[in-house]
Amino acid sequence: MAGQGLLKGLMLTLRHFVDSYVEDFRYGLRRYAPDVDNFQVRQGVEAEGVKTVMYPDEKLAMPERFRFVPFLVVQDHDDELNPGKDWCTSCGICAKVCPPQCIWIVRSDDPVTGKPVPEPEAFFIDIDICMNCGFCAEFCPFDAIKMDHDYELASYDRTTNHIFDKPKLSKEVRYWNHIAPTRAEEEMEVRGSWNHKNFEKSWVTTKAEAEAARGAQADKREEVQSRKEEAKSDIGDGPLKIGQPGKAPWEESEEMREARAAAAKRRKAIRAQRRTEQN
Amino acid sequence: MVATPDINLKNLTIEESIDHLKEKFPNVVTDDNRDGYSGVMIDKDKLRDVAQYAKDTLGFDYLSSATAVDYLNEGIHTEDCIEMVYHAYRTTGGGALVFKSQTDRDNSVVPSLTPVWKGADFQEREVWDLYGVKFTDHPNLQRILLWEGFHGHPMRKDWQEAYYEEDAKPFGSRWPAGHVHRAEEKNIFGKNVAYPDDIDLARLSGSIDDELYKGFGLGVNTEQLHAEHGGVETDQLVVNMGPHHPSTHGVFRMVMTLDGEEITHLEPVMGYLHRNHEKIGERNTWLHNIPFTDRLDYISSMGNNHGYVLAVEQLLERGKRYTPPSYRVEVIRVLMVELSRIVNHLWAIGFWLNDIGAFFTPVLYFIQERERILDFFEAVAGSRMMCNYMRFGGVFADLPERLRSVSTLLNDRVRDYNTMQFLTEMINERIPRTIDELEELLTENEIVKIRGKGFGYLSREDAIDYSAAGPVLRGSGVPYDIRRADPYSIYPELDFDVAVQQEGDMYARYMVRVQEMYESVRILKQILPRLEYTAGESVTDNNSAYADKAPLGEAYGRVENGKGELGFYVVSAGNKRTTGNPWRYHVRAPSFINLTPLGKMSEGAKVADVVGILGSIDIVLGETDR
Repeated sequence: MAGQGLLKGLMLTLRHFVDSYVEDFRYGLRRYAPDVDNFQVRQGVEAEGVKTVMYPDEKLAMPERFRFVPFLVVQDHDDELNPGKDWCTSCGICAKVCPPQCIWIVRSDDPVTGKPVPEPEAFFIDIDICMNCGFCAEFCPFDAIKMDHDYELASYDRTTNHIFDKPKLSKEVRYWNHIAPTRAEEEMEVRGSWNHKNFEKSWVTTKAEAEAARGAQADKREEVQSRKEEAKSDIGDGPLKIGQPGKAPWEESEEMREARAAAAKRRKAIRAQRRTEQN
Repeated sequence: MVATPDINLKNLTIEESIDHLKEKFPNVVTDDNRDGYSGVMIDKDKLRDVAQYAKDTLGFDYLSSATAVDYLNEGIHTEDCIEMVYHAYRTTGGGALVFKSQTDRDNSVVPSLTPVWKGADFQEREVWDLYGVKFTDHPNLQRILLWEGFHGHPMRKDWQEAYYEEDAKPFGSRWPAGHVHRAEEKNIFGKNVAYPDDIDLARLSGSIDDELYKGFGLGVNTEQLHAEHGGVETDQLVVNMGPHHPSTHGVFRMVMTLDGEEITHLEPVMGYLHRNHEKIGERNTWLHNIPFTDRLDYISSMGNNHGYVLAVEQLLERGKRYTPPSYRVEVIRVLMVELSRIVNHLWAIGFWLNDIGAFFTPVLYFIQERERILDFFEAVAGSRMMCNYMRFGGVFADLPERLRSVSTLLNDRVRDYNTMQFLTEMINERIPRTIDELEELLTENEIVKIRGKGFGYLSREDAIDYSAAGPVLRGSGVPYDIRRADPYSIYPELDFDVAVQQEGDMYARYMVRVQEMYESVRILKQILPRLEYTAGESVTDNNSAYADKAPLGEAYGRVENGKGELGFYVVSAGNKRTTGNPWRYHVRAPSFINLTPLGKMSEGAKVADVVGILGSIDIVLGETDR
């Protein structure tokens, strides 16, 4: 009979239509309440009717292997022995294996010997270019770079906000253990311990060493501080350095203001001379 | 009974066919004896004769791929030249007849094979566009992916892109002194534009038909537009559909010449999403390309991965360090590929319904099941669509024991399923239920029948001749499925039928897709016990280093993807340093080549039907434009 197929299809549409209300009646408004169990009712495999996830009020859970822009693993900041130490050894494998080449690493060298130190001096990821393939995490021999679950990275200015540097990329190792417990455990089994692969070789392993390291760090801090002080006291004499640590403009003494004005004048003269030379 | 000589020749094996060709055309056809290469080299002056003979007499009726390779300063295999590479098959099954022809780089001219196989049409235009090879006697040799004002032919080895850094990745600037900069800071837009000498830019923004259409190969006869027809003064109308039109499934343009309501000529215009995927592929290392293949046909990225790793594995297996994939790897690959075939067909049918007017109700019903499959992909591979799951000789990781999400800063714990239980339920109950529902909704639906039957007709002979693939080919009565015709992976041991319909219209293609989904479920049901049985086997190739180098040679890997035959032609050439990167990486994209017969199918149809015809071909612009 003509129209039979059409009617059959319409019946199905009707069934779907009714289903959504039946489910709503069964669970009442609980179905949409911001509660995990109710969310599971709507999102589970047996769910019928309306299944919409009301993002951003609700968010789907990310499975462990989910991958988004990578992050760098650092030791926990309250770790007794190596607080905040990078797991990365700046070996460069992630930068080489990255398909769109969005990873930039500056390897640090020992200032005395000139030999490479197993720690990156700087680490950048251009998240606009990153294609979330996960190769860096897959091929990292030190489990030092991992794919994140945080996908909400939108910002208002791509030109300034989308190159992530080391502080922005670094996350504690416990974060990784938290978002991917199974993976973290598998990796631990391969490494043999929860510590870094090179823990015995180049990490601080005893409390005494940690104390010494802390002392050295404090010394270093002091040294940096004193150098800053020196720089401050220098600023009157030497060539004027804009952007160097110094006094704020409104705190400037009369002489400094004059020196600054003179420097600006000099620069202006040089520019004018260059222009005439060009012409 | 004595077979006629004709039939005998069509039954020759590939080796016998090559010997026969060499006998028939002495000094014209010679063996390609280069290290790692196969097939024959043909003198370009006789190319068309040999091709015609191979097609008519030897039965190689299906031209799968036609492409070019630029050998510049390669130094090992050949002198500087551009080499055309053709892969022809028999629709009765079997391997490829690979034939090549070389031409000079500075004055590249090769006879067109479009008079022999119409399927060469777009592929030759692409070669002209990207390599600058002129094809004599080609009916419409215009640029196809790039626009008319593009300067140069970008796939040539000496052509450098705007953000050129080095010939091959990894770039030296990234490590150990990787002081970051953004590429656009170094080379800003607007200051690097070069136009060819003979382009008249004003003409492109013209307002009269002559300026807009004449000489651009869009099939618009500008003199006929305002003529008298049959004593009555009528205008032919040119309708530009797209590039921004919802029913073109992306940025795709069709230039239609209408006589009254009927289409007299339709010319597809594409390339709006072109990113020179193949050039990027040549800069990449072998491994780098896997996630890039995800971005071709992004509906079925697992299938793209599969095609590419199969092609590269053919190269790698000649090396020493290579271990072939384990049985479990093959099982998991087939599982993933068949699931993505179902995803692809649900999507294709759903959006075809959109195109013929059933706006979004059916497609949303189907997508619900697709979501479950994508959830599974996400839990196993890490991403819903950009799966990047397969590796050379393995896969990224074994199936996890449980598909679960854990609480993070963003999310709460919601899902936690046993993987095998989830899969069993999905394959045995949920997917069949969805397909049944789809059939109930559509197959007997009178509107679908009226809109689908008899429109977008493509005859059996044309389908083969135009190199159509996948459901378009099988909907025209050609039972050609690469899983059976030229088997790969573990398909020979699996029990399934090739879906085929005889009518050659939109409805037939729809039916092929439905049947194929049922067949996929059949395959998946056979996969489940194999998964149980192989549990615990290693799935990652321990030898797969992050910087694999491929032995010298060429390989063509093809798979039956949801949209049709997806092929990857890869060449490893040059000196030792460059074998870490493909010398040539070509994608035989079904979405692209299936558009070749679009004009033919649309002749005489109405504009509203063209929308449906395009939907029934099922294209994804990421793959069409590459």
